[in-house]
Amino acid sequence: MSEMPQVLVAGNPNAGKTTLFNQLAGTRARTGNYPGVTVDRRTARVTLGQGEGAREVELIDVPGTYSLTASSPEEAIAVDAILGTITPEEASTKAVVVVADATSLARGLYLTLQVLECGFPTVLGLNMMDEARELGLAIDSAGLSEALGVPVVEMVARRREGMEALSDAILAVLDDDPPPPPALAWGPAVERAVERVAEAYADVPDPRRREAWARWALMSEIDGDDLELRPEVRAACRAARTESAEDLDVQLVAARYAEVDELVRRHVEGEGPRTARGDSLDRWLTHPVAGMLAFALVMLMVFEALFSWSEPLIGWVEEGIVFSQDFLRASMPAGLFTDLLVEGVVAGVGNVLVFVPQIALLFFLLGFLEDCGYLARVAFVIDRLMKGVGLHGKAFVPLLGGFACAVPAVMATRTLSDRKDRLVTMLALPLMSCSARLPVYVLVVATVFVHQGDVLGFLSVGAVALLAMYGLSLGATLGAAAILRRTVLKGPRPTLVLELPPYRWPLVRNLVASTWARVRTFLIDAGTVILALTIVLWALLTFPKDPAVTERFDAERAEVTASLAGEERTEALTAIDGAEASAQLERSAAGRLGKAIEPAIAPLGMDWRLGIGVIGAFAAREVFVSTLGIVFGVGDEVDEESETLREELRAAKWPDGRSLMTPLAGVALMVFFVFACQCMSTIAVVRRESGSWKWPILMVVYMTVLAYVAALAVFQVGSAMGWGV
Amino acid sequence: MTVLGDLDPGQRARVQHVRCEPRVRRRLLEMGLLPGTEIEVIRRAPMGDPIEVRLRGYSLSLRHAEAAGVEVSPRSESVRAGRPSTASPLPAE
Repeated sequence: MSEMPQVLVAGNPNAGKTTLFNQLAGTRARTGNYPGVTVDRRTARVTLGQGEGAREVELIDVPGTYSLTASSPEEAIAVDAILGTITPEEASTKAVVVVADATSLARGLYLTLQVLECGFPTVLGLNMMDEARELGLAIDSAGLSEALGVPVVEMVARRREGMEALSDAILAVLDDDPPPPPALAWGPAVERAVERVAEAYADVPDPRRREAWARWALMSEIDGDDLELRPEVRAACRAARTESAEDLDVQLVAARYAEVDELVRRHVEGEGPRTARGDSLDRWLTHPVAGMLAFALVMLMVFEALFSWSEPLIGWVEEGIVFSQDFLRASMPAGLFTDLLVEGVVAGVGNVLVFVPQIALLFFLLGFLEDCGYLARVAFVIDRLMKGVGLHGKAFVPLLGGFACAVPAVMATRTLSDRKDRLVTMLALPLMSCSARLPVYVLVVATVFVHQGDVLGFLSVGAVALLAMYGLSLGATLGAAAILRRTVLKGPRPTLVLELPPYRWPLVRNLVASTWARVRTFLIDAGTVILALTIVLWALLTFPKDPAVTERFDAERAEVTASLAGEERTEALTAIDGAEASAQLERSAAGRLGKAIEPAIAPLGMDWRLGIGVIGAFAAREVFVSTLGIVFGVGDEVDEESETLREELRAAKWPDGRSLMTPLAGVALMVFFVFACQCMSTIAVVRRESGSWKWPILMVVYMTVLAYVAALAVFQVGSAMGWGV
Repeated sequence: MTVLGDLDPGQRARVQHVRCEPRVRRRLLEMGLLPGTEIEVIRRAPMGDPIEVRLRGYSLSLRHAEAAGVEVSPRSESVRAGRPSTASPLPAE
């Protein structure tokens, strides 16, 4: 055998394709990526059959699709995988397994016919036969097999029933000639058009595959598509369409469905469900009152998971990092290399790992909701609101996730099938006030709003300011989505055409596999960028070091050690350490940068010290607090509750003696943080999910401009009116 | 002329024409919403839009904007029983 044969596992979404793949692949599944797009490519080398006839094949999980027309990135991949490349030489033997849901066979058969048109050895797997039998459907699979000319295997993938029969069927067809093309009554108009477009595919040697490509092109070519079609194919499609008096789209689809209906009429007995299974459940879950309540509860749970359940896990990660840092510090000689390792590399690994709990929890829950069928209902229930800002109903969960952390939320946009829907959502949601902004707000509020009165007698001014920031971020997110949709991501009116699958109990094995796949791609693709950026940022905050400063503080230390003892000495030494760190930071690249940008940020009420804080916060927004800790000489181990840091901030003055942190300056600073894209991890993950640097750059630019203008407006208008100065 | 969006939950109809934006139209056709297909409106979402319809043995949700492009001929409510779930298409036109 020269090449390992490829076996593609294709099927409609919700037909159990992934379950089948996981059952056959077991632990051998590998997750990679299709080049250029963010669609998982799952493959596994497995041995099919037993004894002498056993063969090793490469199993490929093709993204779920209803048809071989490219209307989403997933479907485009499916088309590529099944139709193959246009190059004459086929890489290796190839067979296709189509997984169909036996309880709604019609759509599965539609895809099956399309696959058969392409002319590869094919096996049809009728999944969920147990449910079909319960519903009183009798499927004559032998008759169906004869009519289609391919093996038809009855199975229950989640219970491993029919797996052996399927393996045997695959082995049996692997070296066979392709099954006969389905005898479809295309009609003269379609035949003429296909012939014409097929001429543009003259280099495809197999006439059958040539026609398959032509039919695909006729159904996929459309004004403003982003397909890489050859110009002659595009021209032929347009010409064929203008010349034809008939409606080619309807005729193409209707010819297949006529055959589908005929197959169902002949080989399926029983009427099937007149109403959807789970319809009584849906009556509650989509009820105006009960449904909204259930929706709120489920979303609250998702939110809780991201916000609270993840907290102890994140705590462990952070403790583990601190432990390794302390260990390295203790066991290695002090010096630059140790600093690089501890403050750069280990901290960077920590910056990556710290996202894992939220990503894992979000994708486990999202997978659960998707597999049980509720995610489609989420979209159904909330679509009306999302539509108003040009978003898809399914964008709700990623947006909600944005309140916790933009990184898992951006990754969750993959549940959206349309590329533009996906981009609008991921570019707008970093404006949601994530949990990393909270320490910044808390520090500022506690610093500037201490002795203010209450609003309406029970809310403190600080609480009102905090609420206002959340309201502002929500409004900004929705506004940004609406504007992005009308400008850079303008396109055909967004739509919602979504199957509402029957409710089914998810398989934990599938959830674990998909969660792990997500975490893994995050660690590899976004993680490396985050690690690199952490090291760069560390270098900016560390170099250049001024030997004169070190000398001066070493002298002070020697003096203290000589003259003081006990607790007094320790205290004095800590103070010297803080002052030295502050002085070194001031002379570092970041410190110089902070001073250099002061003229630009002074109109926002920020001096160079806050500027350094903003630069440091690029690692993650909460780092603003510890960076300020260093700048103000109280050490980097402070948090937003630190009274010392608050005191220092309150005492801070501009050179002319004005207070730095006035209430107005505090509000301007918070407004800046609401809008600014102060998060390298978000940038890394948007780069990963959008597939290019273009989109994260656009995001950083628009968010930074917005942040600057908004903070400027707040500070300048406020100053002019004399508010909170 | 009646469109799918005008039907009340529980009403059934036969699809006559699908006149949406071409991209959506192809999608609806491939999901099995063809001239001649039997379709039933199941419910509206809590906020009135989108709607859930049932055809060919499965449930599909689409917005009013899309449903407004699907011309249908409603059937009287009395023929509720005994309908095959996978409808055979009538010859178009």
